[in-house]
Amino acid sequence: MFALKLSGVAKTFTMHLQGGIRLPVFADVAFEVEPSECVVLAAPSGAGKSSILKMIYGAYRCDQGGILVRHAEDVTDVAVAEPRRILHLRRHVIGYVSQFLRAVPRVPAIEVVAAAATGTSSEAERTRAAELLCRLNIPERLWTLPPATFSGGEQQRINIARGFLPALPILLLDEPTASLDQTNRAVVVDLIAEKKRRGAAIVAIVHDEDVRDAIADRIIDVARFAAEA
Amino acid sequence: MMENERPLLVAENLTKWYGRQLGCRDISFDLYEGEVLAVVGESGSGKSTLLQLLSVQLEPSAGRVSYRMRDGITRDLATLSEAERRFLLRTDWGYVHQDPTLGLRMAVSAGANVGERLMAVGWRHYGRIRTTAIDWLDRVEIDSGRIDESPRSYSGGMRQRLQIARNLVTNPRLIFMDEPTGGLDVSVQARVLDLLRGIVAEFDLAAIIVTHDLAVARLLAHRTMVMKGGAVIETGLTDQVLDDPQEPYTQLLVSSILPP
Repeated sequence: MFALKLSGVAKTFTMHLQGGIRLPVFADVAFEVEPSECVVLAAPSGAGKSSILKMIYGAYRCDQGGILVRHAEDVTDVAVAEPRRILHLRRHVIGYVSQFLRAVPRVPAIEVVAAAATGTSSEAERTRAAELLCRLNIPERLWTLPPATFSGGEQQRINIARGFLPALPILLLDEPTASLDQTNRAVVVDLIAEKKRRGAAIVAIVHDEDVRDAIADRIIDVARFAAEA
Repeated sequence: MMENERPLLVAENLTKWYGRQLGCRDISFDLYEGEVLAVVGESGSGKSTLLQLLSVQLEPSAGRVSYRMRDGITRDLATLSEAERRFLLRTDWGYVHQDPTLGLRMAVSAGANVGERLMAVGWRHYGRIRTTAIDWLDRVEIDSGRIDESPRSYSGGMRQRLQIARNLVTNPRLIFMDEPTGGLDVSVQARVLDLLRGIVAEFDLAAIIVTHDLAVARLLAHRTMVMKGGAVIETGLTDQVLDDPQEPYTQLLVSSILPP
């Protein structure tokens, strides 16, 4: 029984400021992900892997096809869902670790992580945030500082902690290990394995072959979905 | 977020003509509790007209606004008596002006500015009013030692935070904001925005924010509506509108921002 199912998904970008050039990216994306399964999307840079994740998350519009997301007994088609429904899915079903942390001014790192799900944090979420930050080797003296001034690798680990904190049944990961050292990559591999054991369906983009081999149950070559230019 | 609850506010085909000049045309949307909607567009796009129609400061030429009152009954705002409208504006709604001097009474103290809204809803006990006012000043990061000063002696950022406290002290369910950070220095904007972000999340407030600053929409709003020439030309989740804009004008707006 799928947790996530894409079928016939098509996407074209129209660049109105460049004389209305149309850039077809995908013609027919189709794949399913089961609970406790990690699917890695592979293809060269620029093939649109991130666009697929953003469409699943509802951050990019889907021109055609269906993106079915299962939550308990409900199935929602993100491609046509109301904004309000997509916001509900983001709180309760779909987690997303983007490539870059969008830093909020003045909010301390621990709060950025703890408030991931709802915008405010409970005591339990702060405890859990502290555990994750420890595991990801973020020194405790940084926890109370806003992450805007952190290094690229530190920001990425804050972003990972933020994405992994809520217990959601679907997790989308866009290059979570790109600027991490060996030790922290291994931590992320462990975190992904734990999510899988708890039944999460994961769609990931990773270029690092060791990480890919460690997490992937299946590799999908995205190039085969490409639209004819 | 409940799935089946009814909207808090419903706008249907709102249209405003100023004589032969169009203010805004045929605008419809629903707003639910806890939802933050940004209305973006440049000067003259009709976004301020829309905000005034929604907050019953202007009468529409056509269309209507309905609001679910605290008793659970949804009413057409045009049918409310003057007293009922005043009650809404004083208690269940907040209105944050771009210029804090329009939303504050500059001749009375900061504490009185906050306390006044409480007295308007029937609070009489001076000590409790003062304690609540101090709580709110604290919450918006104003030193309570300055409670007896007039907002004239406050900086622009402090005045704006005081205006926010004055609006929120009656636990409104809906806040209208007109360019809430528009008149502030960039360094001060971040503090006000962060404060608003925290308050909106904590109290599960519904808010309609008119802004020309897409960063404000990005930080605060779940949904964004783009206006041009009095009409809504694009609407959706904020990240959809800003990251995958469909309309030529929205693409122009988004691509016109200089990255820091």
